[in-house]
Amino acid sequence: MIPRAFFSLVLGALCCAGAGCAAAHAFLDRASPAVGSTVHTAPTEVRIQYTEELEPDYSSAHVEDAAGATVSTAAHVDENERSVLIVPLGTLKPGRYKVIWKVLSVDTHVTNGTFTFTVAP
Amino acid sequence: MIRLTRGLAAIGAATLLLTPVEAHAHGFAGDRFFPATLQTDDPFVADEMSLPTLTKNPDDTTGGQSYSVEVDIAKRLTPNFGLTAAYSWNYFQPKGMPAFHGFGGLSTGAQYQLFINNEHEFMGLLGLDVDWAHTGAVHQGGADDHTTLSPTFDFGKGMGDLPDALTWVKPLAITGNLGFSFPTRVNSAGSLNQETFNAGFAIEYSLEYLQHHVKDIGLGAPFDRLIPLVEITSTTPLNRGFSRGLGSTNGTGFATTGIIAPGVIWAGQYFQIGAEAIIPYGEGQGHGVGALLQLHFFLDDLFPNSIGRPLLSW
Repeated sequence: MIPRAFFSLVLGALCCAGAGCAAAHAFLDRASPAVGSTVHTAPTEVRIQYTEELEPDYSSAHVEDAAGATVSTAAHVDENERSVLIVPLGTLKPGRYKVIWKVLSVDTHVTNGTFTFTVAP
Repeated sequence: MIRLTRGLAAIGAATLLLTPVEAHAHGFAGDRFFPATLQTDDPFVADEMSLPTLTKNPDDTTGGQSYSVEVDIAKRLTPNFGLTAAYSWNYFQPKGMPAFHGFGGLSTGAQYQLFINNEHEFMGLLGLDVDWAHTGAVHQGGADDHTTLSPTFDFGKGMGDLPDALTWVKPLAITGNLGFSFPTRVNSAGSLNQETFNAGFAIEYSLEYLQHHVKDIGLGAPFDRLIPLVEITSTTPLNRGFSRGLGSTNGTGFATTGIIAPGVIWAGQYFQIGAEAIIPYGEGQGHGVGALLQLHFFLDDLFPNSIGRPLLSW
């Protein structure tokens, strides 16, 4: 009795919810400069490729130097590739930089994360 | 009419956008993703389902074999409070005797997320698990004839807050459970039902964390989603047969017992697959190596607008 009721509950819930199937959290897939990398030419922007398309109005990122000062300007989603977030940078001096991002995928899931890269002389 | 329809659609879309699903729906603390572990409880409330979990247990002391098929489901009622349920079907093949099988007992749980600290990748959860009496085949399926209450504290801690110089250590994480079990009957069929202290730990090394948050080492699919881990569980009797005066055991098989389970989890967007070996330890345990294979679904990603959300946000 209980096994049948339990499995019916599980299967029924899945069937009822079938119409709600959608995309998922947007996870970082690749970044340029690469996560944890050291580059010898100061980049002019950070490009972050996600696993899902993003909602431009609710997706952002900024870059901080080792002292915590922001060295980037307003991030935006690439118009031609909506799974890419672009963070324009000012002129970077050699040092370690931290990218802090928070994005909303098109199915309304919010994800956030950080990574660093280093500009070497 | 078209204008009205478009207007309603716009309102609907705006409502969705203004009510984003909480990011840490299944096991996130900051950058850290904690997978659903296979032998020990997860330290987070979630909307998830394991279907199925296939287990080949280590042979018992006489060489008898047993297998089980289990389904587990977890559902959030609020963002911080959820319920769980688990049910299994068990098959036993005693050595030299006829096989038998049946359903195990129903297990349920209530869980409250105490805290999630994103900066330090740290989370804690209080839970109360209940194994219900007479909800399965007591003689054929290994179900209990008594209810057991098990309060637990579960935790998870990632090492991502270590100094940047420790690049290769930062992907490490540990999760664990500490709790007690209190049977509601002293004995069953002549055997004492012991109260026990239960502990379980999972030591995880997340290649996903390494690749996407620490250092891009060029891992591609499927390796950038692998999490090798080792789980260790222990059960220590506290009474009804355990004699402290005689040390860790009184010679009748009541010492600490448990398993060591090395394995790997691959965690994707909608589901994860895990496999582990099961190595028993302790007096009176079986010998040989068992194995476990689990397919686990993230309901919040599969059904973000229905059963994947906490009930109170529907």
